[in-house]
Amino acid sequence: MNLHDDFYERKLVLRHRLGQAFEWLCRLTTWLSMGLLAVLLLGIGRQAWGWLTFGFLTRGNSYIAEEAGIVAGLCGSLWLIGLTAIMAVPLGVGAAVYLEEYARPTRLTKLIQLNISNLAGVPSIVYGILGFTVFVRMFGLRDRPEKFVCSLGFVEFSFELPLGRVVVSGAATLTLLSLPVIIIAAQEALRAVPASLRHASLALGATKWQTVRHQVLPAALPGILTGVILALSRALGETAPLLVLGAAAQLSVVPGRIAGITDALTHPGKLVQAPFDQFTAIPLQIYSWVSDSSRGFEHVSAAGIVVLLVVLVLMNGTAIFIRQRFQKKIRW
Amino acid sequence: MALVKAFTQFVEPPSSPVTDVAQGAAPGARPPKLETVQMGFFYGLNQALRDVSLKINERAVTALIGPSGCGKSTYLRSLNRMNDIIEGTRVSGKVMLDGEDIYAKDVDVVSLRKRIGMVFQKSTPFPKSIFDNVAFGPRIAGLTDKAKLTEIVEQSLQRAALWNEAKDRLRDSAMALSGGQQQRLCIARALATSPEVLLMDEPASALDPASTSRIEDLIFELKQNYTIVIVTHNMQQAARISEVTAFFCMGRLVEVGQTKQLFTNPIQKETEDYITGRFG
Repeated sequence: MNLHDDFYERKLVLRHRLGQAFEWLCRLTTWLSMGLLAVLLLGIGRQAWGWLTFGFLTRGNSYIAEEAGIVAGLCGSLWLIGLTAIMAVPLGVGAAVYLEEYARPTRLTKLIQLNISNLAGVPSIVYGILGFTVFVRMFGLRDRPEKFVCSLGFVEFSFELPLGRVVVSGAATLTLLSLPVIIIAAQEALRAVPASLRHASLALGATKWQTVRHQVLPAALPGILTGVILALSRALGETAPLLVLGAAAQLSVVPGRIAGITDALTHPGKLVQAPFDQFTAIPLQIYSWVSDSSRGFEHVSAAGIVVLLVVLVLMNGTAIFIRQRFQKKIRW
Repeated sequence: MALVKAFTQFVEPPSSPVTDVAQGAAPGARPPKLETVQMGFFYGLNQALRDVSLKINERAVTALIGPSGCGKSTYLRSLNRMNDIIEGTRVSGKVMLDGEDIYAKDVDVVSLRKRIGMVFQKSTPFPKSIFDNVAFGPRIAGLTDKAKLTEIVEQSLQRAALWNEAKDRLRDSAMALSGGQQQRLCIARALATSPEVLLMDEPASALDPASTSRIEDLIFELKQNYTIVIVTHNMQQAARISEVTAFFCMGRLVEVGQTKQLFTNPIQKETEDYITGRFG
């Protein structure tokens, strides 16, 4: 058969049409999802309009919608995410470096790998139960919490064991939740670093650690950061595990009762005490406002959602900014 | 300060007389720099090299030629134990540097690789500045003295014939250099740790003719101070730059001899077939 005949021409028209149809399909799906997002944001924005004031950001909660505020949740969430990052990033990146650079592919490491992948898909409420047992109740070792006072020389702080429903319990639970995602993302990033880079470093007489520290980790950093952003963003919006932990839905005070930046500077002890204080978080407050049927609270919850979204965007924006700065230096 | 002194020593090229290098090397006249005795190499159960006995002369260029998959790169990479990285590999026989077995238990691979530098086929500049690339080796060895580092970087770049092109852009990314410049940077980087031996795995195979000829000129210069082993697919290149050529085939060392003799009057039929292009 000859390809220079009608058959080829007819098929060619069909092939081009198929290509065009697919392009339109892709266009449609993109605009559909963007449209839905726009409707959501506009709806929320309209409801929150006029309610999202400076007072809303700086007030504690109230039973009167007009006087409700989000400061406790905002500060609680920032403390949570900060402590989660401090715990989850070194643990996650460390585990990924070990699995990718050091561990031999034995049956045990394969089992660990499989389990990490599975853990990434575990529903967050399960982590809540785990966190409640391990951190809040500490397996019920004591019926009544015992109080410990710790002195760091210039500051003094106290905590209880079992930890109870405090910020560190929440952060530790969110750490468990984010770890699998961070480990997997960091592993992918490490795997993407070309082997030639490692070989070149080793051939110059670098030790394994020097190769990891000076060549592999810097090259993998943008990818690792992306994973960290994704994991922490997810942790910031989590409600279920915090509910299971028994975190307060509404509070009128912030962790450590820090009144502001000057207060934190003049009383540094409050900064150390805050992780061992009760807390609430933005998603918890939103949840309780949404379930409140009193007049005006639908606006308050909308304003809360806007705050949560803004915090998320700011967090992602910072991380993307950092990532771009690193990426500029690295080109294969 | 003791460290700085040690590095000063590194930087000065070893200064023994360069006599019979031009003739290749009269066997037995001087002990070989590197020597393998009945060396074998295994990837798991797969034997990639068998019974390779080869003496590599000091301050001369030894070329390894042979068809793809003949084991010449594997051989090269086992001279600085780069094959150790690959899981499940094993070496039999002996590989000796200055008469000492480099696969002995008490040998530190890190200091071995400082003594035996390597340049790869694909240039692999680190995603850092030109200066940081060259200074990497001395830095990881513990040298922090800024003046000393600057001196080493300048000297290494000069030896690698890159100084004139790079001196005004030491702080620029090494990734901005051209392919040929990147490869010379990798040579400079290897020289910065003051190695005694340079292993080169097809260092010019990805370069254009002009860059290739610059690398060849460079190798010609470097052999006055360094022992060079080069794997090449280009037989003209082997003929141009080496004193001794070793022909590998199917994991065996088929023939080794003075380059001129091997190319004009090979002893083995296989060698003749290969160099005349009838096979390989």
